[in-house]
Amino acid sequence: MANNQTYYVPEQSKWPIVATIGLVLTLYGVASVMVNGSQGESTDGSWFIFLIGALVMVYMLFGWFGSVIRESRAGLYSPQMDRSFRWGMSWFIFSEVMFFAAFFGALFYSRVFVVPWLGGEGDKGSSAMLWEGFQAAWPLINNPNPEAYPAPDGVIGAWGLPLVNTILLVTSSFTVTVAHHALKEDNRKKVKIWLGATIVLALVFLGLQAEEYVHAYQDLNLTLQSGIYGSTFFMLTGFHGAHVILGTIILIVMFFRIQKGHFTGDNHFGFEAASWYWHFVDVVWLGLFIFVYVI
Amino acid sequence: MSAVADTHAQDHHHGPAKGITRWLLTTNHKDIGSMYLMFSFAMFLLGGSMAMVIRAELFQPGLQIVEPEFFNQMTTMHGLIMVFGAVMPAFVGLANWMLPLMVGAPDMALPRMNNWSFWLLPAAFLMLVSTLFMQGGAPNFGWTFYAPLSTTYGPPSTTFFIFAIHIMGVSSIMGAINVIATILNMRAPGMTLMKMPMFVWTWLITAFLLIAVMPVLAGVVTMMLMDINFGTSFFDAAGGGDPVLFQHVFWFFGHPEVYIMILPAFGVVSHIIPAFARKKLFGYASMVYAVGAIALLSFLVWAHHMFTVGIPIFGQLFFMYATMLIAVPTGVKVFNWVATMFRGSMTFEAPMLFSVAFVILFTIGGFSGLMLAIAPADFQYHDTYFVVAHFHYVLVPGAIFGIFAAAYYWLPKWTGTMYDETLAKTHFWLSFVGMNLAFFPMHFLGLAGMPRRIPDYALQFADFNMVSSVGAFMFGATQLLFLFIVVKCARGNGEKAAAKPWDGAEGLEWTVPSPAPYHTFATPPEVK
Amino acid sequence: MHVHVKRAGALIAGTLLSAPALADWTMNMSPGATESSNQVFDLHMTILWICVAIGIVVFGIMFWSIFAHRKSKGHEPAHFHENTVVEILWTIIPFAILVIMAIPATATLVDMYDTSEAEVDIKVTGYQWRWRYEYLENPGTEGDPEFGFFSNMATSRDEIYNRMDKNENYLLDVDNPMVVPVGKRVRLLLTANDVIHSWWVPEFAIKKDAIPGFINEVWFKVDEPGTYRGQCTELCGKDHGFMPVVVEAVPEEEYTQWAANLREAAEKERQLTEKEWTLEELVERGEGVYATACASCHGDDGSGGGPFPSLRGTPVVTEDVDAHMDIVVNGVSGTAMQAFGSQLSEADLAAVITYERNAWGNNTGEMVTPKEVFDYKNQ
Repeated sequence: MANNQTYYVPEQSKWPIVATIGLVLTLYGVASVMVNGSQGESTDGSWFIFLIGALVMVYMLFGWFGSVIRESRAGLYSPQMDRSFRWGMSWFIFSEVMFFAAFFGALFYSRVFVVPWLGGEGDKGSSAMLWEGFQAAWPLINNPNPEAYPAPDGVIGAWGLPLVNTILLVTSSFTVTVAHHALKEDNRKKVKIWLGATIVLALVFLGLQAEEYVHAYQDLNLTLQSGIYGSTFFMLTGFHGAHVILGTIILIVMFFRIQKGHFTGDNHFGFEAASWYWHFVDVVWLGLFIFVYVI
Repeated sequence: MSAVADTHAQDHHHGPAKGITRWLLTTNHKDIGSMYLMFSFAMFLLGGSMAMVIRAELFQPGLQIVEPEFFNQMTTMHGLIMVFGAVMPAFVGLANWMLPLMVGAPDMALPRMNNWSFWLLPAAFLMLVSTLFMQGGAPNFGWTFYAPLSTTYGPPSTTFFIFAIHIMGVSSIMGAINVIATILNMRAPGMTLMKMPMFVWTWLITAFLLIAVMPVLAGVVTMMLMDINFGTSFFDAAGGGDPVLFQHVFWFFGHPEVYIMILPAFGVVSHIIPAFARKKLFGYASMVYAVGAIALLSFLVWAHHMFTVGIPIFGQLFFMYATMLIAVPTGVKVFNWVATMFRGSMTFEAPMLFSVAFVILFTIGGFSGLMLAIAPADFQYHDTYFVVAHFHYVLVPGAIFGIFAAAYYWLPKWTGTMYDETLAKTHFWLSFVGMNLAFFPMHFLGLAGMPRRIPDYALQFADFNMVSSVGAFMFGATQLLFLFIVVKCARGNGEKAAAKPWDGAEGLEWTVPSPAPYHTFATPPEVK
Repeated sequence: MHVHVKRAGALIAGTLLSAPALADWTMNMSPGATESSNQVFDLHMTILWICVAIGIVVFGIMFWSIFAHRKSKGHEPAHFHENTVVEILWTIIPFAILVIMAIPATATLVDMYDTSEAEVDIKVTGYQWRWRYEYLENPGTEGDPEFGFFSNMATSRDEIYNRMDKNENYLLDVDNPMVVPVGKRVRLLLTANDVIHSWWVPEFAIKKDAIPGFINEVWFKVDEPGTYRGQCTELCGKDHGFMPVVVEAVPEEEYTQWAANLREAAEKERQLTEKEWTLEELVERGEGVYATACASCHGDDGSGGGPFPSLRGTPVVTEDVDAHMDIVVNGVSGTAMQAFGSQLSEADLAAVITYERNAWGNNTGEMVTPKEVFDYKNQ
């Protein structure tokens, strides 16, 4: 545990307070867009607040990460600091896992308990007396109250686009690992090729996912409003997609940093964190593929 | 536990900056700790004044002061503010101040993020409190915000409430990550895990709980947001959802959450009792294991909050047994504290008074908790004042007395001045009497059949309600005395404090001067 | 017998602490009026006494120590800080006590969960803020309702707002109580129409949530005729504190007679829909309906208040009749305005709409007949 370098404690920083202002404006803006929109009032002002908040956030991200990168390249960070970053990133990913766990939990509970109960099976099967004509099935292609929640005409099968997407993501996890090994060997050309390949795979994945959504909305009438199947389907795949977008942006940033000559063979935690995050996104997808599409 | 070889608090940094930027831009764990503590006390007074409104309305049967809609907003905001604004930030404040001092670290592991964690809180509460002035009023569905009362039937401000919860969640998660990284990575050489002070242990486990459950809370409020604004049907049977799903996810967060609010207090008391009994903590290792066991069990007991929702009998039995099991490690802790006092050489300064009261009254809360665990009996207790009595017994003399004990114990270290012992004892006795007067009769009210969250009640409940209100006013007013004591102490108005003002105290924090210099342990001490 | 000893214990404990006004200073749970509630009371007292005993031992040692082992008395601290035997013992003994507690708790729970062999089936639906009781045909089969009625709180707003003396059943009185026969197994099928409510009668030890879209089942068998009172125990909005539960247990013959009367009344209700109504008749009937169903939000004189819109001369009650009917029958989603279509009979709906269009100076002279409402609901 002993090390000769002292632990770097930064001087005063404006970024936390800028980040607070940015986040609050962004979320306040979003909330008032929703509230004003639902009451039929103008949302222009709300969008404006949101926009300002988002710009402040972008400014903050560049500024804050910029100073961390500068400090790191100036050699201010000891190996102990590096371990702090590692602990920080691992626990952050754990928190993300728990966020997805809430939605997976909702899926299991609805599917294993709620839908059979409403259809007349199990311990609370007498609930079926309230929903005449409802048949329990999964995927749920009729809803207890079809007027309030029109059922979808069909759902997305596992063995088309989702299978392709699975292959894409698993491959990308592999390519990013190759890039990481190349970085350890300081073979920067190889890093660029494999990291570039990862980014391409990610973008293709996102493109196919978008196509799948368009298909669901336009052809299958499978929407957020089509009952618990649509709700869990879009929330799980949607949040995963949002994380893929974030992960892709991080990978692109890494690409530019490599381009600028950042990182060395034994000091590249930024890159490593990006690849951890990418593996996490991949693992979540495997869970999704099995529990949302296949089973 | 820890003898110190190198106590030099070498300071080659500058002191604090001047003016407001010191607080806005700081990266110093002591500044941030102080801000957390001050913020927490402000929220304690705000949430407390809402409690005063509630108790004033319940002083007599009939509606006198507020309308039922506003009453519901008060109970909701009181709960949210006390849980997320008063108790949790107070413990994070203590963690910020004390963890680096206790493990011999120069600061928290990630100092800038630390400041962000803090500043998000006032922002989140500004958003939450602003809902009181919105059209349709503030959230009025209780701090547990059960769907569909909070979704289909909630006021428009619910969306703002949801985002405020998101911001608090971000703050808590980052705070917890910082705590874990500090504890796991910044300990002085020689401080092995089983040499860590109890407060550090309890916070390590609390931080783990926070990271595990705050995202689940974020998940459940996100589902609410979608149900309200985007037509999903997570909590609506008409689309194949279930309002009870909300409760499962909420309490998966909610039960660990109650331990988040009590474990750090366990840690505090485990320092104070040995210090004032002048005798080592009894059963250190079993204390650590007990906290670990409580934390693990907390993930398996959530549905005991839901015994009346009609979960199938096997679920009911599982959650009943698992909940009863929590009594075992909790019992171990209480027995260990008593064994620490046993054959010690005790004195009763304010921190010890609060700690002894903690042990007694928290145990009473534990007993009522055990009763509530018995599912068939819970049918009678559930959602009555018995439950209100139960959780106020674990939170007020539990969490809040723990915080007061910690504040008095470490104030000399923070300010360099001894607090006024006579006033502090007065604060204790008035709080003790007021608190028991306010909450003990609630057990009787609940058993006699008074439901909770009602603005008006049947006549047979009148007498105890009046007693309870009197106690609540007494407890509330007494807290202004605490403010006075702390301000007096912080302004240096009192005896100068020694580096180690308590005979029996142990730990690295007492090896630095009082007040603790702005930067401490720039070079880590050696722990043997 | 067991129960009686414990009841006596509880009573003595209560009496010692507050002899003069026992009635008001009730400190303990009631043993209740059913076998289940007796078992629950037993469990409650057992655990309570176990807790008290543990408390006396632990706090006894602690207080003795606080008095004897203080520095001011010159007590020197001992040096022990662990003892494996003691630590194992105080882990195992509490565990054993818990096992002892769990056995009767499990038995009671299993018994309370067994809702088979029902002799009377009542479907209980929670509304904001009243209960509806529907008596089902063919008990034990989840059959169709034979007759049903709403049960509203009977306490007047004057009592609540302290303009009148409060009567002894303040907040615990309803217009139409649930009526059950003594000595029969009654099964309740609980659900809700809007938010979650919870149906509680302490003397039956029954508290079960009424959840929209789902059915929860409970059962009870009362032996003594009498009136049993309880309240909603799940926060359900503004008037959560004002939706009491009253159950009247009566001898079987009386119950049979009562049920026959209600069946007949239900038939008459159906006929009312068919009848030709005059404006005056509807307004008169509507005034009563308004007072129970609408006044708590829109005010006695229709002036509204807070988020609740005024009905005095506002477009909704003076302009388009169909729109007015739509709001009353289907509610307004996203607001507190409920759908009264399933809560009120056609006659009552027609009456209250007609009343609103002709009261407080809204003299439109327009009327809506029960038949029109019936057609509207079935279009």
